[in-house]
Amino acid sequence: MTNGDTVHRSRGTTCRSTLFPSIRAGMRDYAEFTLSESDDGSVRTLALKGHLRVFSLGDLDARLRPLDGQFQRIDLSEVTDIDTTGAWLVSSYARDRGIETTGASEQARRLFAALGNMQENEAEPQPRPSLLMRTLGDVGNVMIGWGNGFLQSIAFLGELVAALFTTLRHPSRLRGTALVHHMQYVGINSLWIIGLMSFLIGIVIAQQGAVQLEQFGAEIYTINLTGRLSMRELGILMTSIMVAGRSGSAFAAQIGTMKLTEEVDAMRTIGVSPMEALVVPRVLASMIMMPLLGFYSAVLSIIGGAFISNFALDIPFWTFLQRTQEVVPITDVWIGLIKAPVFALIVALLGCYQGMQVSGNAEEVGTRTTQAVVTAIFTVIVLDAFFAIFFTEIGWK
Amino acid sequence: MTDLSGGYEGEYPIVVEGLRNAFGEHVIHEDLSLRVRKGEVIGVVGGSGTGKSVLMRSIIGLQHPTAGRVEVLGHDMLQPHEEAGIDIRSRWGVLFQGGALFSTLTVGENVEVPLKQFYPEIAPDLRSEIARFKVRLSGLPEEAAYKYPSELSGGMKKRAGLARALALDPELLFLDEPTAGLDPIGAAAFDSLTRELKETLGLTVFLITHDLDTLYAICDRVAVIADRQVIAVGTIPELLALDHPWIQEYFNGPRGRAALAAKGDPEVESAMDSTGKTGA
Repeated sequence: MTNGDTVHRSRGTTCRSTLFPSIRAGMRDYAEFTLSESDDGSVRTLALKGHLRVFSLGDLDARLRPLDGQFQRIDLSEVTDIDTTGAWLVSSYARDRGIETTGASEQARRLFAALGNMQENEAEPQPRPSLLMRTLGDVGNVMIGWGNGFLQSIAFLGELVAALFTTLRHPSRLRGTALVHHMQYVGINSLWIIGLMSFLIGIVIAQQGAVQLEQFGAEIYTINLTGRLSMRELGILMTSIMVAGRSGSAFAAQIGTMKLTEEVDAMRTIGVSPMEALVVPRVLASMIMMPLLGFYSAVLSIIGGAFISNFALDIPFWTFLQRTQEVVPITDVWIGLIKAPVFALIVALLGCYQGMQVSGNAEEVGTRTTQAVVTAIFTVIVLDAFFAIFFTEIGWK
Repeated sequence: MTDLSGGYEGEYPIVVEGLRNAFGEHVIHEDLSLRVRKGEVIGVVGGSGTGKSVLMRSIIGLQHPTAGRVEVLGHDMLQPHEEAGIDIRSRWGVLFQGGALFSTLTVGENVEVPLKQFYPEIAPDLRSEIARFKVRLSGLPEEAAYKYPSELSGGMKKRAGLARALALDPELLFLDEPTAGLDPIGAAAFDSLTRELKETLGLTVFLITHDLDTLYAICDRVAVIADRQVIAVGTIPELLALDHPWIQEYFNGPRGRAALAAKGDPEVESAMDSTGKTGA
């Protein structure tokens, strides 16, 4: 049985747009109505005319409102076509006010019947509290959010430490490929931007420092200023801020998106700990790369200072570098190197933590990423202040 | 394309001719043609990866084909025309597979988006009332209008997506696997809603589905995609009369027979029996 006689190719016919007239060209006439007495003068009737469709409603609802109670019947015989929105508007209006409808077309009656079957369980929208209460409520919620966030990030740190110990006990469970990948992302890929930034900052410190020191003839101390500041403070601080903006945000967005697409949940069901698979490689990679980046940044900053002194201060480039070795104590290098892994931990931890907190929608990924960067930079600067006082107090001046 | 049920002289809201879609070396469609009649529910079936969704995306202008012609409501979709584009978009509704709800808006606000976009003259109060009505129309409780998509289950998201697709009472409705992931009761309600809308409003529905019950219950015709083309379009008895292995396996497999038994269409049963004999 091939059914050959009904098989034919339908090709070549075209359909012109005149077959499907545009709504905007012509059909867009707003629904109208007239109010009249019935023949015996007892029943006032509202006669609706034209299209009763979503595109022709306009402000029909508002225009009908002042006429409330002035008619007892709605006549639909002059309605040319109607859709679900129009049918719903008429039927709910009539039902709420106990008004009868007449002259409904076959199409309209079917729609009314279909809407009648629909369950009417209109929920009352929740009442909106007053501005004062909302403001107080928001303030309270923000405070509670901060408190909880602080506790949870401490708990997250605890989880991370536990996962690190597990990794130490079973080194085979460390994800080597992921670790190297993140080392490249955090470290190698940011060499160019961190190098340029540090070089320019070195120029600014040396040049501005020289202008001030020149006033009491101490330009030579520009070398001390640039060298010590770079090694002790600025190298690592600027690097941390750059890594927070570059990698901390990336960690939060990556993990946050994985949370949204339920990848993190899928990992858990397979028995892979997201802490070990996602967080440990990122945190370890950052902690390994940050001291190197910080040192690199300090060196380039000093080179920047030497470069500008060569032209602006009449201190030759190589003399500047040689003198730097003499005036920067080795403790300054240690201070930079000690701070680096701590800052790296904070940046990576907060990035991963905020990523893990994502739930719900795409906007949350953005909010959490912003929070990751802001909290990381803030915490790094606060801790840096503590470190500065601490190292001075123990005599590493 | 083999159009099995001939003798139609009416209008075609969707016309696809000589469509070719390729992703790099991988060719999805080659010389694919399909005509959808006004006021019909056309079901599109095909194995996974045969490009059903890509076909839908080509028709609604989200995928630019490498060759061919696509006309929707008389407008050439491959020639960008701003006014026509706006007009067409106010006359179709699209339900994506996952619902594709805007995650930062509540369900009610999602439904309001097309209303606001095309008919800003509707007062905000009325607009949100219309939105809540559409939410109820799609079979969700009205409370759902105040919820965010992340608070809904998969099936509820689908219904919310349908509410948004129906917001403007479109002439054309594109549904990508509307009943997948719904419970059988919900799926049956979805079918009867589609049927009811089609009959009362003269809606043309382009329906991608794997649900054989839906195919039997609401589709006027079924288009089968295989070998990078629409190999046949017709009613289910007409398709069963063809001697194509995939079509036979699709409708004569255990699930196809179960769906038929539930539907109990004598015409289809006789067609199926006769092909069963000739096929053996």
